[in-house]
Amino acid sequence: MCVQVKRFLMKRPGKTTERLAPWIAVAVLVLVWEAAVRLFDVPSFIFPSALDTANALVDYAGPIGRHSWQTFWTTLIGFGLGVAVGLVLGFIIGSSRFLYNACYPLLVGFNAIPKVAFVPILVVWFGIGSIPAILTAFLICFFPIVVNVATGLATLEPEMEDVLRVLGARRIDVLLKVGMPRSLPYFFASLKVAITLAFVGTVVSETVASNQGIGYLMMSAGSQMRMGLVFAGLIVISAMAMVMYELFAVLEKRMTAWAHRGQ
Amino acid sequence: MRQAFVRFDDVSLSYDGVENAIEQIDLDIFEGEFVAFVGPSGCGKSTFMKLCTGLHAPSNGAVSVDGDPVTGPLKITGMAFQNANLLPWRTTLNNVLLPLEIVKPYRHQFRRRREEFVGWAQALLETVGLKGYEDKYPWQLSGGMQQRASICRALIHRPKLLMLDEPFGALDAFTREELWCVLRDLWEAQRFTVVLVTHDLREAAFLADTVYVMSRRPGRVIEQRAIELPRPRSIDSTYEKPFIDLVHALRSRIGDVRAS
Repeated sequence: MCVQVKRFLMKRPGKTTERLAPWIAVAVLVLVWEAAVRLFDVPSFIFPSALDTANALVDYAGPIGRHSWQTFWTTLIGFGLGVAVGLVLGFIIGSSRFLYNACYPLLVGFNAIPKVAFVPILVVWFGIGSIPAILTAFLICFFPIVVNVATGLATLEPEMEDVLRVLGARRIDVLLKVGMPRSLPYFFASLKVAITLAFVGTVVSETVASNQGIGYLMMSAGSQMRMGLVFAGLIVISAMAMVMYELFAVLEKRMTAWAHRGQ
Repeated sequence: MRQAFVRFDDVSLSYDGVENAIEQIDLDIFEGEFVAFVGPSGCGKSTFMKLCTGLHAPSNGAVSVDGDPVTGPLKITGMAFQNANLLPWRTTLNNVLLPLEIVKPYRHQFRRRREEFVGWAQALLETVGLKGYEDKYPWQLSGGMQQRASICRALIHRPKLLMLDEPFGALDAFTREELWCVLRDLWEAQRFTVVLVTHDLREAAFLADTVYVMSRRPGRVIEQRAIELPRPRSIDSTYEKPFIDLVHALRSRIGDVRAS
């Protein structure tokens, strides 16, 4: 037995094992969770077991579905805005050394503000509902996109630039032919981070200022001590974020294969 | 008397306004001539390239190319560097085609004449021995192959002036000699003007019509030597006495410079 285990550990994991690894990790986590709750006999209204959470997921499938759809589309709109603004801003800042130096500290300062602090302001301006959620998602997710696109453009190797400059290329030629393609890997990498952040923004806003969405659902379930439902909400959020992350990871590999040749 | 193609008239350049990087450069390069610049490192060879291509303006004196004073980046030059600097997201073929997307008048004809241009690129790639690698990405090529592609890119828009900044410096000795022959054959066939900057005296003597030796910073031309060896030259001839004597003479000149 012991020898077999050793042999299993010595062997380099195959392709299938590698693909199964994340699912195994999830299964182990769920088992540990269930076992711990049972072992210490934690009451369900404090910390629900995995089974309780699963039950809540099934029992409330209708409302959970409705509210997660709300969260999903508000997040995507906020994210879409973030991508559009992030790209444009990143392109402008990255294409000029002066603007890069001028705007970078401002952006860092802005990014340091907890975005939850914006929610009350947004509520005053737009009322409660989807719009503050969309805008919070946007505010939280555009920063990594701006920084990555700007950095991709600003760190352009001068030799690459010279190749075009000796041909009489204008600045815009250099940016379009070399700068943009070169910053694409940075851009796609930032999308993965931005989409997960966008979910954070939406849910934060929903818990404070909405009567729809997963954030609101968790808030109201929590106030009624239905912790199984609260945890079900958590799981739905992270599942959505993981799916979107993977989607952008695949997109990144597809679009910028040349930058990932080593892997 | 023939009109010079590239003329440097008492040219100096100082980057910081205090010390000259190069000074008092007076020289004429004729159309179709192959010239090489050698000198100790930091002697301003790359500065010379920048002046010649119009990437930098001289602090003093005047540079003219093809009869016109140089005021900005020239459009009749092709350039290759020590690093191939190929764009990793483009295939070899598309890397070679890049200048045609930039240089007038080709940039406006690029869509219309694309097939014709691809034909040019394929012909060039074939002459440097890269036939069949058109669709490979730069990182799928060896260093020597990348440098070959880089030379094709420098030549695709049929420049009158080819600037080479230590193009073979990072290659192994055998690949380097192979590429000397590639460059020699291209030049024999098309007779563009070449300015080659190099550390390698054998390379300079093998390829050039005229070798300029530069002094230490501030760089000046301290010797202009015509290479009278018969053409076409072969790699074997570089192991024969006249060639060795020539390289030896250049070597001792550089030695003097470094010792001074």
